[in-house]
Formats: sequence, C-alpha cells, structure tokens
Amino acid sequence: MSRAWAWLRRNAIVIFGGLAIAYMLIPIAVIAVFSFNDPEGRFNFNWSGFTVDYWKDPFAIDELNDAMITSLELAALTTLAATALGTLIALALVRYQFFGRRTANFLIVIPMATPEVVIGASLLSMFLLYGVSPGFNTLFIAHVMFEISFVVIVVRSRLIGFDRSIEEAARDLGAGPFTTFRLVTLPLIAPGIVAAALLAFALSIDDFVISNFNSGTTVTFPLYIFGAAQRGIPVEVNVIAMGFTVWQQRRAERMAAVQPDPEPA
Amino acid sequence: MRSRRLVPYFLLGPGLIWLVLFFVVPMYFMGRLSLESGSLQTGFEFSWEWSNYSDALTEYDQQFVRSFIYAGVATILALLIAYPLAYMIAFRGGRWKNVLLFAVVAPFFTTYLIRTLAWQTILSDEGAVVDVMKTVGLVADDGRVLDTAGSVIAGLTYNFLPFMILPIYASLERIDLSLIEAAKDLYASASTTFRKVTLPLTAPGIVAGTLLTFIPAAGDYINADFLGSQNQSMIGNVIQSKYLIVRDYPGAAALSFVLLAIILALVLTYIKFAGSEALMGDEAEDTA
Repeated sequence: MSRAWAWLRRNAIVIFGGLAIAYMLIPIAVIAVFSFNDPEGRFNFNWSGFTVDYWKDPFAIDELNDAMITSLELAALTTLAATALGTLIALALVRYQFFGRRTANFLIVIPMATPEVVIGASLLSMFLLYGVSPGFNTLFIAHVMFEISFVVIVVRSRLIGFDRSIEEAARDLGAGPFTTFRLVTLPLIAPGIVAAALLAFALSIDDFVISNFNSGTTVTFPLYIFGAAQRGIPVEVNVIAMGFTVWQQRRAERMAAVQPDPEPA
Repeated sequence: MRSRRLVPYFLLGPGLIWLVLFFVVPMYFMGRLSLESGSLQTGFEFSWEWSNYSDALTEYDQQFVRSFIYAGVATILALLIAYPLAYMIAFRGGRWKNVLLFAVVAPFFTTYLIRTLAWQTILSDEGAVVDVMKTVGLVADDGRVLDTAGSVIAGLTYNFLPFMILPIYASLERIDLSLIEAAKDLYASASTTFRKVTLPLTAPGIVAGTLLTFIPAAGDYINADFLGSQNQSMIGNVIQSKYLIVRDYPGAAALSFVLLAIILALVLTYIKFAGSEALMGDEAEDTA
C-alpha cells in the first residue's frame, strides 16, 4: 500500500501532465470524428452515421472555397510585407545604437499588449472618419500591422546569437557591405526569417477579431465560420480544418528539423 | 560617417511608419470618435461629449466586471494547468519531449473559432459530458453546462492555454540544473528547492504567460458568443455589437478606450508587483 502511494507521489506530475495533454487534444479529436459524421439536419452536433463523402469532396461549397482563397491570398501578401518590414526593424534594433531606440522598442511591444478588439475598433474608427469603405485593402493594412511585431521578436532572437566575426572575415576578403549581407548575413539569419514568416502566415489566416471589424463585405475563412455558426457549420469545414491542422503541424515539424538551436544557453 | 548614423533610421523607417499610421493614429481617431454626439440617422458630430464615457461605465459596468472576473479566473486556471504540464515536459519528458511539445501547440494549428465550436459540441445539452455530470450529480437533471459562466471560463482557459505553457516551459528549460543540485546538496527538501530555486527562476515565464493569457481573454467575445448566452456577455461582445450591428460608434469607441485604460492600469500594477526584470529580461540580453 505504501509502495503504491510512493509510486503515485513520484509520478503524480506525469499523470497530471498526461491528463492535461488529453484535455488539449480532445477538441481536435472531436473535430476529426465529426468530419466523418453524416448529419441529418443542418447542425453537425450529434452523431448520426459514418460517411467519407465529405472527405472525398471537401470543396463542394463555393462560398467556403472563396473564403479560403481570400484567406490564403491575404496571408501570403501580408506575410511578404510584414516579414520584410519586420526584418529591417530587427536588424536596426540589434545592430545599431541610436537615439529613439527605446521608443522604437515600445512601439513594437505595445500592439501585442493591446486587446485585439481595441486594435480592430480603432482601425475601423479611422476608416470611418476618412470615409474608407472596409474590404480587402483594409484587411491588408490591419494584418501587416499586427504581424510586424511578431516578426521583429522572432528575427531579433536569431540575430542576437549571431557571430559577427564571420561578417568581418567577408569584409577582410574584399566583399562590400551589400555583398556581405547577401552572401553571409542573409543565409545565416534565413531560418529566423522563415520562422517569422510562418508565424505571420499562421496569425493572418487564423485572425478573426481584427478582421471582423475591418472586412466590410470581404469574407475570410474565420469570418465564413462565424457567419455559418448561426445557421449550422457544414461538415466540409471540419474536413478542411483537419487538413489544415495536419499541414501546419508538418510545416512546424520540418521547421524544427531544419532549425538548429539558435543560441546555446 | 554622417550617412552611417542614418542607417538604422532607414531600416526602421518603413515598418515604424506603418505602426504609427495604423496603430497610433487610429487611437487618435478612436479618441475623437468617442467624443462625438449624434446618431446614425442624423450623423455624428464632434462636441466633446464626455458623457459617452460616463454612460459607458454606468450602463455596462456589469459586462466590465464580468470580463475581468472571467479573464482573471481563466488566467489562474491556465496557470494551474500549465505549470505542472510544462514542468513535466521539461524535466520528465525524456525522449518524448518534442512529441509532447507538439501536442501542446497542436490547438494553435486548428482555427480558433473551430476549436471553440468543438467545445460547443462537447458541452452540448445532449452530449456525453453533460450526461455523466448529471449522473454524478454535478449538474441538476434539468441543468445545462452551456450558457453558464463555467462554460465561458472553460473556453477562455482552453483557448489561451498554449500562451501560458510556452513561456513557462521556456523559462524552465533555461534553468541551470546545477542550481537545483546545489540546493539538494545543502539539504533543501524537494518542496523547499521548488519554492526557493525553481519558482523564482521561472517567475519571468509566469509573468509573461499570465499577461499573454489575461489580455486577450479580457477582450475576447468569441467564447461568450459561442459558449454563453446574453447573461454571460463580456465587454468585447458589447463593443463588437455597438460597432458592427447597432452602429453606435461614439459609445463603442468610449467603451474601447475604457477597456484599454483598465487593462493597461492592471498590467502596469501587476508588473510593478511582479518585478520589471521579468519583462526587461530580453532587453538586458540584447545589450549584452
């Protein structure tokens, strides 16, 4: 009895951790299971029969496809812009001492400490007062804005561990500043930039709150789901969500494999 | 030499201008909007209408209080779940460490709204969870789990949990294990070691995690919308419907400002108590 008790005490944390992991995965399992459901009515809430129909043709709803395409376009374009702008900021912050550094740091952190609903509302306020009607363009502006901070944080952590003597070696060998940047610096910080871009892409494609305020009649994937939630989510959404989860997971795994430890502790 | 001094400003320029134009300037316009009077039919006009603020506070005090209580409880619950879990992964994970970390971030890869809808399915009135709770007597026979404070808080806890786990895990990973051994050599018991060595060393992770959970939770309106009813609506729900449905823009703008002010005040007080090293940590790192 006392041995069982001792075992339990020693492994309590592992048992607790296992339960917590299960808790985190339950909703994903539910989404997966209900992607094989054959619902009787419009609502995909109760189990009413197994089918693979929706997996065979997940792209049967035009509205949903359009929303997916909009989301992918928006995420791709905003990722390009935010990654470029954010990388340049990170370079300036890590490499240079200059007047206004603290202000720049503050400006980068503060959007992340502001609730999304306030960011969305303030942007919409500005668009309203200027008479700009919200749509794809305003979504582009908003997404680039909230992605920049995250790009800066990720790229900066990569730059901090950077051995600058390699650059000096390139300069000694006669390379100009731009050649050095292109052939030495860029390849070395590339994994950080790629990680930042992946994060920006994921944030954009999953954003609901800020998009909700600034989309006008443009519909992204999360906005489609929000609209559909009232009248019943089609099973296709579950299939696409599962496909998406697996895709993102594999991307992340590949990233983890490619990226060596950025900085030894 | 002169031009070299300008290099950082050229690098910062485009990105910071974007942040100023689309983060700082909109705040000014929201401030302006919050002091306008009028209605959608007659048009709005700037008139230093401070009563928008007093109205916002008196009319929606309940939603404000509710938002901060829900977010606070969700943050505490997330901390209680996240700390042992992160500890287990960091110190007992062994070769499963990476798999466990992937399991922790897996919810991130599934769209936020769909995750929340999955909880709606799980907690629905005819679902297995509610059945079990009824048999055990946790829920009255005609009771419900959805549309209660509990379901909304559960949703908030779940959705922001990875934000709590990751910073705590990162700070646990960074601990120099020889410090823990030193404590043991000096005859500290396991609990004393934890209290005097491990916990203080992970304080930055805890501070970061609680902020990353509390701030989005306090402004959230999806969980209250999908898992709650009118009686659970939070301040985010009011702001959303005033902007996008009722179109009472000045009132909504005033509410947003009050929300932002309260959150900033809470965060600053919290940082003051928790110690600012926690947040300045990476600042010190990059000057080194």
